[in-house]
Amino acid sequence: MSPEQVGEIRLTGISASSGICIGKAYLVDRDGVDVVKRYLVPKERLNDEIKRFKAAVKKAMNEVRSVIDRTPEDLREHALILETHLVLLKDKMLYNRTLDIIEEKRFNAEWALRTVVGNVKGMFAKMADPYLKARVADIEHVSDLILRNLVGANSIKIAEIDKRVILVAHDLSPSETSQIQLERIMGFVTDRGGKASHTGIIAQALGIPAVLGLDTASRIVKNDDIIIVDGSEGVLIVNPDEQTLLRYEERRIRYERFRAAMTRDSHLPAETVDGFRLKVMGNIELPEEVVSVIDNGGDGIGLYRTEFQYLSRSDFPTEFELYDKYRDVVEVMAPLPVTIRTLDINGDKAVSYMSGEGEEANPALGLRAIRYCLKKPQVFKTQLRAILRASAHGNVRVMFPMITSLSEVKAAKRLLAESAASLEKEGVPFNRGIETGIMIEVPSAVVMADVLAREVDFFSIGTNDLIQYTLAIDRGNQEVAHLYHPLHPAIIRMLNHLSKVAAKTGVKLFMCGEMAGDPMNVPIMLGLGLEELSMNPRSMPVVKSMIRSLNREEACAFFRKVLEETSSAEITRLIQDSYGGIVSKKFQVPVDGNEW
Amino acid sequence: MEHPDRTLSRQLLIVNELGLHARSAAQMAAIAKNAAAGVWLIKDGQAADAASIIDILSLACAKDTTITLKIDNPADREILDRIAALVESGFGE
Repeated sequence: MSPEQVGEIRLTGISASSGICIGKAYLVDRDGVDVVKRYLVPKERLNDEIKRFKAAVKKAMNEVRSVIDRTPEDLREHALILETHLVLLKDKMLYNRTLDIIEEKRFNAEWALRTVVGNVKGMFAKMADPYLKARVADIEHVSDLILRNLVGANSIKIAEIDKRVILVAHDLSPSETSQIQLERIMGFVTDRGGKASHTGIIAQALGIPAVLGLDTASRIVKNDDIIIVDGSEGVLIVNPDEQTLLRYEERRIRYERFRAAMTRDSHLPAETVDGFRLKVMGNIELPEEVVSVIDNGGDGIGLYRTEFQYLSRSDFPTEFELYDKYRDVVEVMAPLPVTIRTLDINGDKAVSYMSGEGEEANPALGLRAIRYCLKKPQVFKTQLRAILRASAHGNVRVMFPMITSLSEVKAAKRLLAESAASLEKEGVPFNRGIETGIMIEVPSAVVMADVLAREVDFFSIGTNDLIQYTLAIDRGNQEVAHLYHPLHPAIIRMLNHLSKVAAKTGVKLFMCGEMAGDPMNVPIMLGLGLEELSMNPRSMPVVKSMIRSLNREEACAFFRKVLEETSSAEITRLIQDSYGGIVSKKFQVPVDGNEW
Repeated sequence: MEHPDRTLSRQLLIVNELGLHARSAAQMAAIAKNAAAGVWLIKDGQAADAASIIDILSLACAKDTTITLKIDNPADREILDRIAALVESGFGE
């Protein structure tokens, strides 16, 4: 490992997903998915490092030669490119430059090679000739061959992680996260991101701890370092000493025992002491997550995000592919409802084949979600037809994201009707009475709620975006993430307005943002008269348990007091004073700390 | 290059269809590697090390490009001849 040994380091970041894990760090490189270690080689070991690099190149050349030898005579034409690779491996600009850098800068061989390849790639990227531009692939291939021999048998691609590790990265984009075989990840640590960033949401959904917004973690942590991730406290400990290790191991066991105890009661209905039944639903992104919704006693799927099928591929998914995925979920959940949200692609979730259409300076305010779908009616209709087809197999609702105006709802519904008519003509079965709803996640939709209510069966409040757009906070920016207050009085007033509109118009009111998954917010949810709360499956047992311990009448009276408060701090304190006792008695993990 | 009086050079026309692409560059580099001193490929005032495929490719020489081949050491005259012959033969394509 790195020559400089360091003692225990403690870093504090944003707690994005609770739980504790202890394990080995797996570093994801700043530029993306390759993992390259970087350290200085001591002078006396410089010769060894040079030998190590030369040996790796030699091995790579032998590998290429053996492939050439194994290529049958009649395919030798195709082996010509391999001959080129052979020469490239020893190319001055690659081989000699790397050796120069090892010697001059004392970088380790991997890093030196990477630096050189980076320069060459930059040079070729500027070329106009498509043939030459494409040569970058040859250079990358060759450097991968060398790199693989340098780092040993371990694969270097995120998609091939084959051991249980804690992922450490500067930042993870959704397409990177989608490449990871998530069951192999024990926890997440990133320099960027906040609680509601994509990585945070994935971690919560999988029930694995995550500490994000750590600023410098990816520079401090080295590959294979032992690290402790305390997602409940937002703490990362690098190279823990024995005592710390022991203490955290105990905490981890206590936490898991608590979790198990919570889950035991999760099949009980979410009914208040005075007999009011609130439906607790699951948010899912992958069909595989349905299992955890069922395990945790969910009343249905309140939010099925459909972006995953559009990520990390070079074309759009077909109607059949989508239908296949939706049907999986719908059949398993039937007769319980599955709320399918139509494509909500945004800058953060950019699809490779869309990226050619120009970068947006401000993707959160740009061409995303329903705006994108209305601009690309063919893409949208393919999805709508798939959703309608799936509706023949169970209880499906369709939900449009990012609605800001009446005309958008009407346009979306028109395309839905057209899709239905085309299926009708083809004799394909679907549910003609499919429930239609919209996400309320933009302030303009809150203001226009009474008008929008006439067009739809339900509203689902997407608190993550609603808070972001109302408070003008980029939830992924750790500079301002602390200003992201779900309990801001402005948000409370908006929710109250929606509750009144729902009571007057009869439109059903649901919530599917992060806010719905926090047990501390349950009294407010009851006071608002929401019918359904949808959350990541892991939050369901705790929220259900909270609901079962409350009285709805009292919660309504409490909510009226909340409405009088003028700051998030006061509202938080009011909740703490009124319900903190219940919460700590019910959910506190015994002994030190008040983590969940 | 610092001693133009001692270098030898020759003007050449790229005649093969594909221009100086990866394979032709590899053939050229294989010869240039044996030189005692520098062998340079010059196009529009830009010089590339003829012993490096990557450097050769970076010049982006398509068919019908005129290039100058230069050697730093007269001892490499044979190398110069061999590369010139290779270019003129269209790399045997």
